[in-house]
Amino acid sequence: MHHLVIDRWSRGSSSLHQRDPRAKLAALLTFLIVLSTTRPAAQAAFAAYAVLLIITASRARLPILGLAGRAALVLPFSATFALLTWWSGDSMRALALAEKSFLSGMAALLLVATTPLTGWTAALESWHVPRMLILVIQFVYRYLFVIAEQAQRMRWAALCRGRGSFGLAAGLVGVLFARSWQRADGIYHAMLARGFRGRFVPAVPVPLGASDALFLSACLAGCLGIRILL
Amino acid sequence: MSGHPHTAVSLSSLNQAIHVRGLRYQYPDGTQALNGIDFHLDAGESVALFGANGSGKTTFVLHLNGLLRGEGAIEICGLPLTDATLEQIRSKVGVVFQDSEEQLFMPTVLEDVAFGPLNLGLSPDDALTRARTVLKRVGMAHAVERAPYHLSAGEKKRVAIAGVLAMDPEILVLDEPTTFLDPPTRRDLLTLLRGLPQAKVVVTHDANLARALTTRAVFFDQGRIAGEGDVIEIVQRFHWEYS
Amino acid sequence: MHIPDGFLSTPVWATLDVISAPAVAWTARRAQRDTQDHRIPLLGVMGAFVFAAQMVNFPVGPGTSGHLVGGALLTVVLGPAAASLVLTAILVLQALIFQDGGVLALGANIFNMALAGVAAAYLSYRLWGQASRSTAIFAAGALSVMTSACLALGQLLISGVPMTAGVWWASLGLFLISALMEGAITVAAVRAIERLNPAWVGGPQPASSRTVAGVGLAALILLVVGTLLASIAPDGIQRLTGQGVDSTTWPQRTKGGLAGVAMIFALCYLAGKLKSRRRSA
Repeated sequence: MHHLVIDRWSRGSSSLHQRDPRAKLAALLTFLIVLSTTRPAAQAAFAAYAVLLIITASRARLPILGLAGRAALVLPFSATFALLTWWSGDSMRALALAEKSFLSGMAALLLVATTPLTGWTAALESWHVPRMLILVIQFVYRYLFVIAEQAQRMRWAALCRGRGSFGLAAGLVGVLFARSWQRADGIYHAMLARGFRGRFVPAVPVPLGASDALFLSACLAGCLGIRILL
Repeated sequence: MSGHPHTAVSLSSLNQAIHVRGLRYQYPDGTQALNGIDFHLDAGESVALFGANGSGKTTFVLHLNGLLRGEGAIEICGLPLTDATLEQIRSKVGVVFQDSEEQLFMPTVLEDVAFGPLNLGLSPDDALTRARTVLKRVGMAHAVERAPYHLSAGEKKRVAIAGVLAMDPEILVLDEPTTFLDPPTRRDLLTLLRGLPQAKVVVTHDANLARALTTRAVFFDQGRIAGEGDVIEIVQRFHWEYS
Repeated sequence: MHIPDGFLSTPVWATLDVISAPAVAWTARRAQRDTQDHRIPLLGVMGAFVFAAQMVNFPVGPGTSGHLVGGALLTVVLGPAAASLVLTAILVLQALIFQDGGVLALGANIFNMALAGVAAAYLSYRLWGQASRSTAIFAAGALSVMTSACLALGQLLISGVPMTAGVWWASLGLFLISALMEGAITVAAVRAIERLNPAWVGGPQPASSRTVAGVGLAALILLVVGTLLASIAPDGIQRLTGQGVDSTTWPQRTKGGLAGVAMIFALCYLAGKLKSRRRSA
């Protein structure tokens, strides 16, 4: 599955992987804001952003085609609107629409492909995203594939016994829900058994290092440079 | 005889790890799951729990750390099980659940094993150090940053055991530890378990595991204990083998 | 409908980020106050369940099948604050890991689906739940999808994404069909769940809170309709035929439109409060 590939990528050991997640998240947001506010006519800027992303991807030792393929998932949606924009006469804007959505996707992918989930959720938490939301994100991710796989197996078992139908699907969702709820009970028991007293103990953030600051400055300089000059 | 948890005089002898008298438990729908269980476990001893599915074995072990609360007296290492002593008892009784997927709920192996020590009040640094030590003990030191999803069934079981060992328990409760494991993995797990000094309560259908790991066995039948004795003798008496 | 990055204009995505951030903090605090950290595994597992359930095919005709979105289902089962939190978590994961929806656009997507969508589901369920359970659940599903989709459409248009009248009406038509399907699928799923254990599905609230629910729902619908109207605005005809955007008057008129909607919302809310106070006196 898609997110398992990203999971694998995120455990690499390049210099980019070792950067503090907060620096990477800040770099991502800067890039996205700069990209989003770029005028559609500045096509040279878009090309420069793409080059910036390609350089970053190769520094992270990530497959560029793999990343591009995943970022391209957004294209059917943006292509539709891009075409509409083209027909209404604004071809620059149409192109910009497609480019912005694609490059944004690539940039977000670079973050998650160089940072395990616990890393970027810790970064979010250090920026005061509510702890409960962070924990729910981690739990959803933890059980995502487990339950999806379970649903897949149930579907196959059901299809072996006849054609798919609306009622069958509803019944499947019902049983999946029941098993999920029971799974949650099991998890809660396991938590209690290991001394859980009602609060998850928070992690202690590590201070940013010099190489992180350097990385972030380089990204800021690159993005703003492209935006202003091109 | 139903004892009162607050009895001043301890019902058990001093070196009994577990002492249970007259345990009764009813499910919310009214079924009597446990109908007067008397059970004891000495320090360092290993006991197997046999019985058909639904006979009450798992329900019984869930009482040992207070996840379920029934009527009757339970003492763990001389401590009566009450609301006030729950925390202490949960640090003495480590339960390895049947479903490792539900037991390893943190995003990474290291965080999961550190969960218990953190709850016990250790500092984050100490908790992580202890987690690493325990993971080395179970042979999973290489997997510290891995996500539990990516582990095999045997690896998950090892990490689950590590998570429990990290609490430094005196008693280990293992609920069907070898389900879904292939023979080589079962052998490795058995070697690991034999090397652990804690007293053990092992719920299992696996007579081989029981014979290799435990000396005594208790046979559950419909919420009651139908037999107790030497593990080989009990297996024979109740025909508890696969063939 | 997950809006990617690059579609919304800066004032739109920035405003929605600013609105959604404290709203999410509020729902997190609300969910935590109700349940402490005990329910975190349940919320997480329910989120994973919704992800998985979204992939199940519900055949509705030859060659056509629908899929559960799940906002209304979560609201009925977990309550609005928890449902909102779970959906927010799902949206964050979808944006970053699955490239479904933008990162800067998260504020918009969270507003549309995790806040407005859940509010629509919750208010519908509260309003009609006493009278007819199934109708209430159907309405909850349908209105939550309709609300989030229409808000997204409105936001895109306000951002200046051009759209012909034909496409606009076709989009609304598609939204309506998805909304009706979500209603039907949600009802079927809730019934299946109830059959297994009625305790999992919360009952609707007592009748005295119906007025507030009704007013709230009306205000929400006004907000959605208002956004759509503001998005096509008096200049709408020009934009719908693709003759370019008059950049000076439409932002002002949009602000006027939204201010008008806000005023109506406030009046309805006050009226509702007065009415319920009089009734309980």
